[in-house]
Amino acid sequence: MLHFIEQALTSFVASASFGIIFNAPRRMLLHGGFVGMIGWIIYIVLEYAADAVPATLAATIAVGVISQLFSRTFRAPVIIFSVAGIIPLVPGGLAYNAMRNFVQNDYGAAMEMAAKALMLSGAIAIGLVLSEVLNQMIRRLPGSLRAKS
Amino acid sequence: MLQSGGETYRVEDTMKRMAAALGLPHSHSYVVPTGIFFSVDATEPAKLIRISERTTDLHKVSEVNAVSRRIGQGELTVEEAHALLQQIEGQPSSYSAIVKLTAAALSSGCFTIMFGGGWGDFLPAVLCGGIGYAAVIAFHRLVLVKFFAELTASFVIGLLAFLLVYMGAGHERDKIIIGSVMPLVPGLLITNAVRDLMAGHLVSGLSKGAEAFLTAFAIGTGIAVVFSLFT
Repeated sequence: MLHFIEQALTSFVASASFGIIFNAPRRMLLHGGFVGMIGWIIYIVLEYAADAVPATLAATIAVGVISQLFSRTFRAPVIIFSVAGIIPLVPGGLAYNAMRNFVQNDYGAAMEMAAKALMLSGAIAIGLVLSEVLNQMIRRLPGSLRAKS
Repeated sequence: MLQSGGETYRVEDTMKRMAAALGLPHSHSYVVPTGIFFSVDATEPAKLIRISERTTDLHKVSEVNAVSRRIGQGELTVEEAHALLQQIEGQPSSYSAIVKLTAAALSSGCFTIMFGGGWGDFLPAVLCGGIGYAAVIAFHRLVLVKFFAELTASFVIGLLAFLLVYMGAGHERDKIIIGSVMPLVPGLLITNAVRDLMAGHLVSGLSKGAEAFLTAFAIGTGIAVVFSLFT
């Protein structure tokens, strides 16, 4: 439990800090941190249960959907929220380990990690696409119903 | 807006909407990360603006967004909108360099914890991340090639992490390095590249993806050089 609180806290601070680095509007920092925290919690919970790839996928979809919702509620571009949420999920550690193994001439392990990092990046991309599609479907659904009736 | 890291399809959309609201319904705009083409209609000559500097400033993106929304609702005239946009362009960054540096350092420490490091590595990562972020800004002023700035900065981070672990200040070298390079990782570029590709802007998406790859490659090389020197 302590582990979770620790992770939630650090991911919140890290995401909000990224908002500052990217010069996000001051009043949106906390929202960005919140999105990042949710995404990271979903990721670590699912990573225990399943694999890193589905965990990343689910976390990215959640980040995307929450960002879209925030974007409409607070009338700001989606990107302000989604960037902060995506950053922790980017497989920086794996890419780093892959690079290290390449340098140390352990090509087998390096390729394995590089492939995994590629899969995770793909999962992030697919997650973003899915959340976008989901958002468009939700937006279109009431409209089409109204048009028919 | 494009300079500040907005998605290209958003820039195009904003331009068209602004033009339409101001009485130019047949405008066309074509935006790629390195330039904007804009034509008002078939009879006027098209305009071209080249973009050479690309940074990230979400504040400006959202400000311009707000202006375009107001134009779309017919609240602003051309002159008023122009004045507002000029004002946004001249705006300094909303956070001072110190605040940004602190944020980068703090996020480095947090990432180290998130990636499974112990609290004993928090402070070394804060130190490495802060110095690394300062290095990338300083080197970018010195040499205009972004690739070399990132390469040298990650080299500095790697060196510092090695030194700190060697002196006994840090425990896990890998965790410290991973946390510290996070502020340099091109996360925004990757997200933007995917969103642009999704929106059908294949040229923009691919070129942003290439830029992101180059940055990642620079970071990797910088760290790799340290490893090949010391192991």
